[in-house]
Amino acid sequence: MRFIAKDYRRHKYLYFMIAPVILYYFIFHYVPMYGAIIAFKNYRIADGFLGSSWAGFSHFISFFDSYYFWRLLKNTLLLNLYMLLFSFPAPILFALLINEIAGKKFKSMVQTVTYLPHFISMIVICGMITQFVAREGVVTDILVWFGMDRTALLGHPEYFRAVYVISDIWQSVGWGSIIYLAAISGINPELYEAARIDGANRWKQTLHITLPGLAAIITILFILKIGNMLDVGFEKIILLYNPSTYVTADVISTFVYRKGLGGTNEFSYATAIGLFQSAINFMLLLAANRFSKKVSENSLW
Amino acid sequence: METTSVKKTKGERIFQAILVLFMLFMIVITLYPFIYVLLSSISDSRQLISHTGLLLSPQGLNLDAYVKVFQNPNIIGGYVNTIVIVVGGTLLNLFMTSLGAYVLSRKGVPWTRTVMLLIVFTMFFSGGLIPMYLLVNNWLDLGNSLLALIIPGLISTWNLIILRTSFEAIPDGLIESARMDGAQDFTILFRIVLPLSLPVMAVMVLFYGVSHWNSWFSAMIYLRDRELFPLQLILREILIQNSTAYMSGDASASDVEAVGESIKYATIIVATLPILAVYPFLQKYFVKGVMIGSIKG
Repeated sequence: MRFIAKDYRRHKYLYFMIAPVILYYFIFHYVPMYGAIIAFKNYRIADGFLGSSWAGFSHFISFFDSYYFWRLLKNTLLLNLYMLLFSFPAPILFALLINEIAGKKFKSMVQTVTYLPHFISMIVICGMITQFVAREGVVTDILVWFGMDRTALLGHPEYFRAVYVISDIWQSVGWGSIIYLAAISGINPELYEAARIDGANRWKQTLHITLPGLAAIITILFILKIGNMLDVGFEKIILLYNPSTYVTADVISTFVYRKGLGGTNEFSYATAIGLFQSAINFMLLLAANRFSKKVSENSLW
Repeated sequence: METTSVKKTKGERIFQAILVLFMLFMIVITLYPFIYVLLSSISDSRQLISHTGLLLSPQGLNLDAYVKVFQNPNIIGGYVNTIVIVVGGTLLNLFMTSLGAYVLSRKGVPWTRTVMLLIVFTMFFSGGLIPMYLLVNNWLDLGNSLLALIIPGLISTWNLIILRTSFEAIPDGLIESARMDGAQDFTILFRIVLPLSLPVMAVMVLFYGVSHWNSWFSAMIYLRDRELFPLQLILREILIQNSTAYMSGDASASDVEAVGESIKYATIIVATLPILAVYPFLQKYFVKGVMIGSIKG
């Protein structure tokens, strides 16, 4: 305490300046963490935070026992899997290709154009998607030309994941490549020189220099993605799904949203599921980090 | 990577040719949806519906859709609300983030490391959607006001890290000599650090600004009064929920559906035009910002 007093005299204004910042984080990040305790209560607005009765783990158990639990888990994990398989590597490959472009002006034009979709709002993106895969939509027209039956794609659960993942690649492949291009530019050019002198062609150079050079950033981003696994992109799903596609489209986050804010006010139940998500995510993060430390030198911390 | 070209093998030449074709394909794929939307918005709705396949020119050129869009008071209102949120929100964001980044970038202050850790921790763990909703709506009673859209997101930790990294790079000598001249921290921040950080502050404006412009979910869960709805929420009604009925004055059902089509496209254009217009000029600032953030973060 005496230490703080002495430091205060030296850095008085810093305390004033950091106070609102700390207050903000306390109120809007740490208080909700504490508020998650309502997962263990039967929270009712009328009873208030302290007055609501205790429920122990009953909400968690009722979620695991619920009719939808396995479906939600499966949808969440499958969607994540497809994202990791297709949407995660796409910017990396794209960055490698952009890196190979010979003409400077063309290269910069490609980048400028492909970054654009990232800045368009999710509402507009989903509006476009809805129009394009509608019964009379342009993408549907193309698919019909290839032999598909004419129908609105978003009405069928079996198409949902494809629409979701492919449109995600469209929106993020350009912008996502920036971080990899930045990493590539940080690789020591002498390594390439030495390889070239040894007779390695571009392909070999990419395999043995560029990819290892990217290993660190790829690992870190991959670990972060794993740490978000149970959260998978729910704003976009909310905008694209409907009751007829719940079977494949409904994920844990969207279920939480409907239970908590969908009118039935099942606040404690929804919070319990949310806590479950956070806990699993955190464990996955730790596990992925530890695993990565074991097999390579790269990790988040 | 290669500054002087050694003689290109045939294989390399073929590769470059295919690469160029692929990149052209990527450009077309990226831009065509917007072109399609634009062409559809200036087309006649009835002809649009009967047209199948790719659109290469407007079908029955007319601007009816745009007339209807601008006549819709919700759209104008939405624009006004969004502008208020973007301007007011971004100013507050800059203020708070600068304060935090400045303090946390000061060396020789022992508690900054702990505070930084506590802040970064919030990026990995949170209470969840429901507690946040209850906090804002019920416990703080901010529900149904524009404040609910601005205050919970006052500081983005990611942006804070970027700004802090940038502030750390300011030469100590400058700060020290200012202190010896008697300047206190507030003065140092506003007269020295900020003026020297204009490029990264511009990046902050862009990141926060675009984020406000595009955001809709908070508005959807907190706002109940139509007059407060930002543009994206109005768009959601029109595009996702298909509520174009109130926009057309026509009587017959098929007319309502027909007019609806090109109106949707016109609405997309009207809502996205500001972003599309400023994007080419500001894009390089965004890229720089991400690079700074990614390398240090």
